[in-house]
Amino acid sequence: MSDVRVDVAVDVAVVGAGIVGCAVARELSGTGLSVALLEARDDVGDATSKANTAILHTGFDATPGTLEARLVRRGYDLLSSYAVDAGIPVERVGAVLVAWDDEQLDALPKLHAKAVANGYLRGELVDAAEVYRRLPHLGPGALGGLVIPDESIVCSWTSALAFATEAVHRGTTLLLGRRVTGVDVGADATVLRTSAGDVTTRWVVNAAGLGADTIDRLLGHDRFTVVPRRGELLVFDKLARRLVDHIVLPVPTARGKGVLVSPTIYGNVMLGPTSEDIEDRRDTSTTEAGLAFLLGKGRALVPDLLDEEVTAAYAGLRAATEHADYVVDLDAVQRYVVLGGIRSTGLTASMALAEHVAGLLAAHGVDTAPRGGLPPVPRMPTIGEAFPRPYADAARIAQDPEYGRVVCFCERVTRGEIRDALASTIPPSDVDGLRRRTRALMGRCQGFYCGAEVTRLLAAGAAGERS
Amino acid sequence: MTPGEVVADVVVVGAGPAGLTAARELARDRRVLVLDRESEAGGIPRHSDHLGYGVRDLRRVTSGPAYARRLVANALDAGAEVRTEATVTGWAGERVLEVTSPQGRLVVRGGAVLLATGARERPRPARLVPGDRPAGVLTTGLLQNLVHLQHRSPGRRAVVVGAELVSWSAVLTLREAGTETVLLATEHERGESYAAVRATARLALRVPVATCTRVVRVIGHDAVEGVELLDLRTGRRRVVACDTVVFTGDWIPDHELARLGGLDLDPATRGPRVDSALRTSAAGVLAAGNLVHPVDTADAAALDGRHVADQVRRWLDLGEPPPRGARIVAVEPFRWVAPSLLVPGAPAPARRRLLLWAEDSRLVPRVVARQDGREVGRRSLPWPVAPGRVFRVPWSLLERADPLGGDVTIGLL
Ligand SMILES: Cc1cc2nc3c(=O)[nH]c(=O)nc-3n(C[C@H](O)[C@H](O)[C@H](O)COP(=O)(O)OP(=O)(O)OC[C@H]3O[C@@H](n4cnc5c(N)ncnc54)[C@H](O)[C@@H]3O)c2cc1C
Ligand SMILES: Cc1cc2nc3c(=O)[nH]c(=O)nc-3n(C[C@H](O)[C@H](O)[C@H](O)COP(=O)(O)OP(=O)(O)OC[C@H]3O[C@@H](n4cnc5c(N)ncnc54)[C@H](O)[C@@H]3O)c2cc1C
Repeated sequence: MSDVRVDVAVDVAVVGAGIVGCAVARELSGTGLSVALLEARDDVGDATSKANTAILHTGFDATPGTLEARLVRRGYDLLSSYAVDAGIPVERVGAVLVAWDDEQLDALPKLHAKAVANGYLRGELVDAAEVYRRLPHLGPGALGGLVIPDESIVCSWTSALAFATEAVHRGTTLLLGRRVTGVDVGADATVLRTSAGDVTTRWVVNAAGLGADTIDRLLGHDRFTVVPRRGELLVFDKLARRLVDHIVLPVPTARGKGVLVSPTIYGNVMLGPTSEDIEDRRDTSTTEAGLAFLLGKGRALVPDLLDEEVTAAYAGLRAATEHADYVVDLDAVQRYVVLGGIRSTGLTASMALAEHVAGLLAAHGVDTAPRGGLPPVPRMPTIGEAFPRPYADAARIAQDPEYGRVVCFCERVTRGEIRDALASTIPPSDVDGLRRRTRALMGRCQGFYCGAEVTRLLAAGAAGERS
Repeated sequence: MTPGEVVADVVVVGAGPAGLTAARELARDRRVLVLDRESEAGGIPRHSDHLGYGVRDLRRVTSGPAYARRLVANALDAGAEVRTEATVTGWAGERVLEVTSPQGRLVVRGGAVLLATGARERPRPARLVPGDRPAGVLTTGLLQNLVHLQHRSPGRRAVVVGAELVSWSAVLTLREAGTETVLLATEHERGESYAAVRATARLALRVPVATCTRVVRVIGHDAVEGVELLDLRTGRRRVVACDTVVFTGDWIPDHELARLGGLDLDPATRGPRVDSALRTSAAGVLAAGNLVHPVDTADAAALDGRHVADQVRRWLDLGEPPPRGARIVAVEPFRWVAPSLLVPGAPAPARRRLLLWAEDSRLVPRVVARQDGREVGRRSLPWPVAPGRVFRVPWSLLERADPLGGDVTIGLL
C-alpha cells in the first residue's frame, strides 16, 4: 500500500495507529464524520501497543483526581464489555500486591485507602499465610499482601486489531506506511504532509505515542517532551503457567509499578518490566544488565520459574513525559486534539480516551452523535487460552479440516487460522504481524520445526493477494 | 458432536528414527499406530540432507532424507499404520491421547503408549542472548527446513553458535545455500565434536573457530548486522559483522506430553525418567530416542526403538506396575546420564550402554560409580570424553550397584 501516493480528504485525521489511535478512529467513525487513520509503519498496533505487560488495570493505584485515574477506570469497564462482543481474550485472574519488607507492609493500608479513593472497593488486605495460599509457588519472605480481585489480563494485539478492523468496517480510511512529516493548518482545513501523499482534514487527532511531541511541535506547540522509558520483559514457557495463577505485583515505588510476574492470556508467564530512561526512540533491544536484573527478581519472586525455558525476551518503550498525568487538550483554533504521555496505562484507557476525544469534539460543536446502520462488532480470532482454540474445537474441524491441520506445533496454530488472518480486513504485513494475529512462531521452538512452513504460507498468501 | 475414537495395541507418538523403528518391530505381531504432527513421517533426518545416517542400525551410510524414507517404508511394510498431520495435544486418560488432525479431533486409546517425540535446539530467547529482534536468527532445524525442504537462501555471512556435531551440519547446509560461515563460536575450551570432523571441517570448509567465546548481543533492528562476542578468558569484546546467526545444539527434549501426563522428569536430561527398559513412571507409557537422551545420533535413537519393542510387549502381556529403583545421577563433568533408574530384574539398556553428556573433555577417562558412600564400579575407557556428543559407558559398570539402595552417582576419577 505504502508505495502508492494517495491524496485523501476527511473530517478527522488520526495520526498513529497504536491502541489509542485505533480506538479513536473506531469511535469517531461510528458518527457521521469521515475518518482517516495514518500510521508510519506497515501494520496497526506495531509499536508500544505490541510490547507491554497487557494488564487490564482497575486503576486502584492511580493518582486520585487525575485524568489518567478517571480514564483507566472507565476504560477498564469499556474494554471489558467490548472484549465480550469482539472475542478479545480477557481473564480476570486478579492481582496480589506482595510486601517483602516492613516499609512495604506499612504501605499496603495506604494503597488500600488509595484504591477506595479511586472508587475501587473490592481490595482486601491479607496476611502472609493467605498470600501463600493464593500463590503457593511464591518465594520465601512475603509478609502480607493486598488482593485486587479485578485486575485482569488481556490480549493487547487483538484489542488494537479489533478497534482498527471495526474502524475500517465503519468506513475509516486506513493509511499504513504514511509517516506524517509536516502539518499546514489553514482556516478551514489542515493538510498533513506524509511520506506518501497529502491528507486534507478538518480536525487532527495526535495519537502518535513516542512521536506525539514531534507532531505537537509541527503544530507550533512546546508543552511536553517524550522520553522513552524502556521496559524489558521475559516470557516463560507455557509449562510454567501452573506456577503463577494471579498477577503478582510489587508495592509500587516512585519509578512506576516495578517488576511483576503475571500469567499471560496465551498461557505463558511474564516477568518484568524493567524501567530505564533512554534516548533512542527506536531502541527496543534487551540488554545484558536488564535480563540479569529480571532473572534475579524472578528467582526471588517464583524460584521454580527459573527452571523453565524462556520463550521470548523483548522490550517496550513507554512514552513518558515531564508531566505526571496524560497530556490531553483540544485547540479549537487549530481544530487539533493531542493525546500525549499515554505511558503505562494506555491499553486499559484506550476506549475511554476515545470516548473522551468524542466528548471534547462535541463540546466544540462537532456532531458526534452515533449514526445508524453500523456494521456488527467484528469477531476476532481466538488466540487466548480462555476459550477453546480451533485445534481443540471438534465441530469446527469437522466443518473445515483446515482447522485440524496444525502448522505451528508449540502454539497449536492451524492452517485455517493462518489462512483467515491472510484474508482478514487488515492482513499481516510480515511474520511479526502474523504472530500477533495467530500466535504462530511465538512458542518454545521459535521456528525450529515450523518456521520455514509458516513463512512459506505467509509469502504464498501475500503473492495470492497481489495476483 | 462426539470425537472419533481410535484404538490400537500400541500408539507411538513421533515418527522419527526411534518411533518408526519401534513400530516396525512391534507391527509384526501387534496393531501399531504411529502419530506424527508433520505432514511427512521421518523425524529430523527428513530435512538433514547430508551423509552420516544409518551406520549402526541399517549398517550403511546414507543421507538423512534417504534414511527417513527407508525407516518409514520399513514400518509400513511391517504393517504399522502411520498417520501424519496428527498432533497429539494432551491426555484424555491413562494411555489415552487427544489428537488434532484434518480427519477430526480424535481420542486415541493404546494398550501401550510409546513417546518418541525427540529433542530440539534451544533457540535464542532460551539462551537469553540480548539485543533487538531482527530477522536472520535461526536454529539448525529452521535453517535446514528452509534450505533443504524449501530451497530458500538464508543470507551471505553467517556466525554459527556452538561446535557440536550439529553445528558442522549447519555449516554444511550454509555452504550448500551459498552462505559463508565467517565464524563458529563456542563457549567451550575446544571445539566440542570429534577431532577428526573438526580438523577436516576446518580444512575443507575453512571455518574459523573461536573457543571460550560467548555471543552476548545480536545487533540490528530489522535485519541482523552483526553479533557482539565476549572472550571468556580475557573479558574482551568484539563485533563480528554478519547477516545470519545460527544457534546450534544445546538440546532440550520435546517433553510437553511427558509433563502434561504427569510423568516423573529427570531434572538433568529434562526428559521423562526411564529405567533400562525405557519405562516411565506411568504404567504402560514408555519413552525412547532423543526424548530421553538429548541428543544422540539417529542410529542410537533407532536402536532404542528396537530395544523398547520387547519392553512394550512385556507390558502388554504382563502389565507390570511402573518401575521403582535407585536413581542414577550424573556428577561433574557430566551433565546427564540415561537411563537414570536402576531397577531390579530390568534388562540391560540398548547396546548395553549407559549414555552420558559431558561439559568438559578428558582424553583418557576413568569412570567411577558410587553408591551410599562406596565405590561400586570403575572403568578405564579407551575413548575420550568430549562436550557436545554422547559418551558411552558399558552397563556392566553398575553390576555391583544395588537397585534397592540410594542414588548411584557416575563421574570421573
Ligand atoms: C513495558 C510496558 C508495559 C506496559 N504495560 C501496560 C499494561 O499492563 N496495561 C496497560 O494498560 N498499559 C500498559 N503499557 C502502556 C501501553 O502499552 C501504552 O500506553 C499504549 O500502548 C500506548 O498506545 P499508543 O497508541 O498511544 O502508542 P503506540 O502504540 O506507540 O502507537 C503510536 C503509533 O503512532 C505511530 N506514529 C508515530 N509518529 C508518527 C508519525 N509522524 N506519522 C504517523 N504515525 C506515527 C507509531 O508508528 C505508532 O504505531 C505498558 C507499556 C510498556 C512500555
Ligand atoms: C541438524 C541435525 C543434523 C543431524 N545430523 C545427524 C547425522 O549426520 N547422523 C545422525 O546419526 N544423526 C544426526 N542428527 C541427530 C538425529 O537427527 C536425531 O538423533 C534423531 O532424529 C532422533 O530421533 P528421534 O526419533 O528420537 O526424534 P526425531 O527425529 O526428532 O522425531 C520426533 C518426531 O516426533 C514428532 N512429534 C513430536 N511431538 C509430537 C506430538 N505432540 N504429536 C505428534 N508428533 C510429535 C515430531 O514431529 C518428529 O517427527 C542430526 C540432528 C540435527 C538436528
